[in-house]
Amino acid sequence: MTYFPEEVVEHIFDFLGSHRDRNTVSTVCKAWYQVERLSRQHVFVGNCYAIRPERVMARFPRMKSLSVKGKPHFADFNLVPYDWGGYALPWIEAAARCCTGLEELRLKRMVVSDDGLELLARFFPNFKSLVLVSCDGFSTDGLASIATYCRGLRELDLQENEVDDHGCQWLNCFPDSCTSLVSLNFACLKGEVNAGALERLIARSPNLRSLKLNRAISVESLNKILSRAPHLVDLGTGSFAVDDRAEAYHRLMNCFTKCKTLRCMSGFGEASPCCLKALYPVCINLIVLNLSYAPAIPSDDLIKLICHCSNLQKLWVLDCIGDKGLAVVASTCKELQELRVFPSDIYGAGTTSVTEEGLVAVSSGCPKLNSVLYFCYQMTNSALITVAKNCPHFIRFRLCILDPGKPDPLTNQPLDEGFGAIVRSCKNLRRLSLSGLLTDQVFLFIGLYAKCLEMLSIAFAGNSDKGMIYVLDGCKNLRKLEIRDCPFGDGALLKNVEKYEAMRSLWMSSCEATLGGCKALAAKMPRLNVEIINESGNLVESKENLSDVNKMEKIYVYRSVAGPRNDAPEFVWTL
Amino acid sequence: MSLPLEHDYIGLSEQPSAAAGDGTLNLKDTELRLGLPGSESPDRDDDKMGLTLELLPPKSFASGAKRGFSLAIDAGAGKWGFAAGGGGSEKEMGKGGVLFSPKGEATAGGKPSGLGSAGKDAAGKTAGRESKASEHAGHSDGNHREIAPAAKAQVVGWPPIRSYRKNTMATNPLKDKEEVDGKLGLGCLYVKVSMDGAPYLRKVDLKTYSDYKELSSALEKMFSCFTIGQCGSQGIPNRDGLSESRLMYLLNGSEYVLTYEDKDGDWMLVGDVPWEMFTDSCRRLRIMKGSDAIGLAPRAMEKCKNRD
Repeated sequence: MTYFPEEVVEHIFDFLGSHRDRNTVSTVCKAWYQVERLSRQHVFVGNCYAIRPERVMARFPRMKSLSVKGKPHFADFNLVPYDWGGYALPWIEAAARCCTGLEELRLKRMVVSDDGLELLARFFPNFKSLVLVSCDGFSTDGLASIATYCRGLRELDLQENEVDDHGCQWLNCFPDSCTSLVSLNFACLKGEVNAGALERLIARSPNLRSLKLNRAISVESLNKILSRAPHLVDLGTGSFAVDDRAEAYHRLMNCFTKCKTLRCMSGFGEASPCCLKALYPVCINLIVLNLSYAPAIPSDDLIKLICHCSNLQKLWVLDCIGDKGLAVVASTCKELQELRVFPSDIYGAGTTSVTEEGLVAVSSGCPKLNSVLYFCYQMTNSALITVAKNCPHFIRFRLCILDPGKPDPLTNQPLDEGFGAIVRSCKNLRRLSLSGLLTDQVFLFIGLYAKCLEMLSIAFAGNSDKGMIYVLDGCKNLRKLEIRDCPFGDGALLKNVEKYEAMRSLWMSSCEATLGGCKALAAKMPRLNVEIINESGNLVESKENLSDVNKMEKIYVYRSVAGPRNDAPEFVWTL
Repeated sequence: MSLPLEHDYIGLSEQPSAAAGDGTLNLKDTELRLGLPGSESPDRDDDKMGLTLELLPPKSFASGAKRGFSLAIDAGAGKWGFAAGGGGSEKEMGKGGVLFSPKGEATAGGKPSGLGSAGKDAAGKTAGRESKASEHAGHSDGNHREIAPAAKAQVVGWPPIRSYRKNTMATNPLKDKEEVDGKLGLGCLYVKVSMDGAPYLRKVDLKTYSDYKELSSALEKMFSCFTIGQCGSQGIPNRDGLSESRLMYLLNGSEYVLTYEDKDGDWMLVGDVPWEMFTDSCRRLRIMKGSDAIGLAPRAMEKCKNRD
């Protein structure tokens, strides 16, 4: 194939969808490396510290779309200190120097500044799409820059970010000439936007297909918006606080009747049961429904709504849906692929209205189910075994039993057998999160059977180093391993050190690994960054006091060709 | 049913004997210290226990705070509720629910939810009766893997729910449910805390504290590498009863005061308004130099007057 002209090789590479495939072909020979790098348009960087931005830009000068992830996953649960890192600015600056053709930027768990957003807005003439997921560090001023300077902006998608509200009317900054919006999501913003400006913006955006409003948007505004955008496919409703006796409610129902293309809905922040009926006209078309931010809707009303949603593929709900509600999901939603059940009350008396029965019901009624996130207070081995039998096609299975280390309440046994059944049956399982009482046995099963597993999250589990060793030795495709509060120590950490170079990262917190172990790891594997995160006061002083037998509270190990990072705060120590 | 445990600022509990786990009156529990019932502090050296502002003059506090802090770390890792007041190494709640591994680094800053929650739990959250019982059960020892039921709701980062979700749900309390104890739901409200001169920010969950004292002591610990003063208004007496020391610190000029930015974007001194009003309106906290904060007080009082 090396005798083909480059254009042909490039054309063939165009058919390679995933960046993994492209990474692979670029290692075949120098010629292919060159062709591939000059033609790659979408670049994905799974760990922003694995490589320096300049190197990425130099290798892929024609990059149009860049996706970067920052903090480790456990940062979502406040296990990573606030100022740990993950800054977006170096990436934006590097792109501004070499890749000004950039059109799309997608960042997850990174710290983005207003300066960075302004740079993005001003220096990239073709910039079209900004997606920020779980980021922070910026304010509405940064959004104002994007709105003001990005001509031809198509997508501004802010998912679950922490945005400082500086009160500026960023939405007003979209010029009258901006008519290109396809997707606008500002559901995570807490502040008000000018309703009139919003309505006018939507009126001049004929291509708008996805719109997610924040809670400050009233139903009256929603009505006006829907009447101007009947072709919406994806809607986040804003507050949705309306009384079914009000005129606004009837207008709402009327609007929904006209929204023939609506397929995805979310929001419902202040929805009350009476206003849900307005949705009935669209329910039959819905494939995605996110009610997980709607705590005021009791089970019976959820059931009435779901009865109309027979085409749902993705459902996110709160556990107030109850086992009864999940049984209705099981009998109604035969197309369901993904289910997420979130807890509504974690400080409560220790019971929720979902138990293992709800999960079993859905597993039995929904043949296409492949992705589950389930919070509950109890689970049994026999339920898990049943679920495993019903759903051999799971790709993602994340179970969170809210009491750490809780055994099977029927048998008082650990849940090793149940999770063992899951990994044995679900041969394509890529992501698994464990909970409940678990011994080393479950890890033996995982190492034996979970050959496709890429990401594993462990908490309060295991008895000894053997547990972690089983996983590292057995899971050939493991990329991310995150562990908290488990008795895994230096023996486990150091048994299979080469493995970490084949993985993106390892997180261990509140485990038994010591400073000596970490030092040994760092010494053996120079291409790993072994970070110790020590928040207790002044690290410089602590370093003198630390001996090799001290256990390290938080360890983050990741492969990197960039060497130790130069932006680490005081409390992070790269060995 | 055990009574909700009132924690005052210096850690005295109402049920000292229950806390000690035996029937006798445990004089240690009536000692002045910061800590949960049942926690043991090492014999106190006043210099080292520099965590209580009122007890020490400013100078020794500055150094004492640091030492007290690291003392807490060395001795107290593994103790539930984050080594408050240099608690001993008892693992009250058992390992499973504990923030820290039995030895080694305790995670200090950024984890007030653990500390605050433990305190707050006692203050009457709906964490269940058994949780209070186990908290009073005194020291559990060497039960590294035993998880007390109480721990479930207060372990840092557990359950694994994104803070965005927690914050969103917290500001949207269940409207239709009858709420007996006040706040049900995910109840959590993270605000950023910055300190003038400190190289990094922290975040605290305001809902894990029940009053200014708890917040103040948690912040002290978090930023105790640096000098830190007491929060509050200038010389305005309030129910906390600490106004004199506040005044003293402010007048010293070099100490820090705690301020917050409210919903309207104004910067106010912490301590002027009732606690609930504060948590409702506080958007972020800033520990600023006392000298910088002098101008704030009049505005704060104005606002209060306008509100009333």
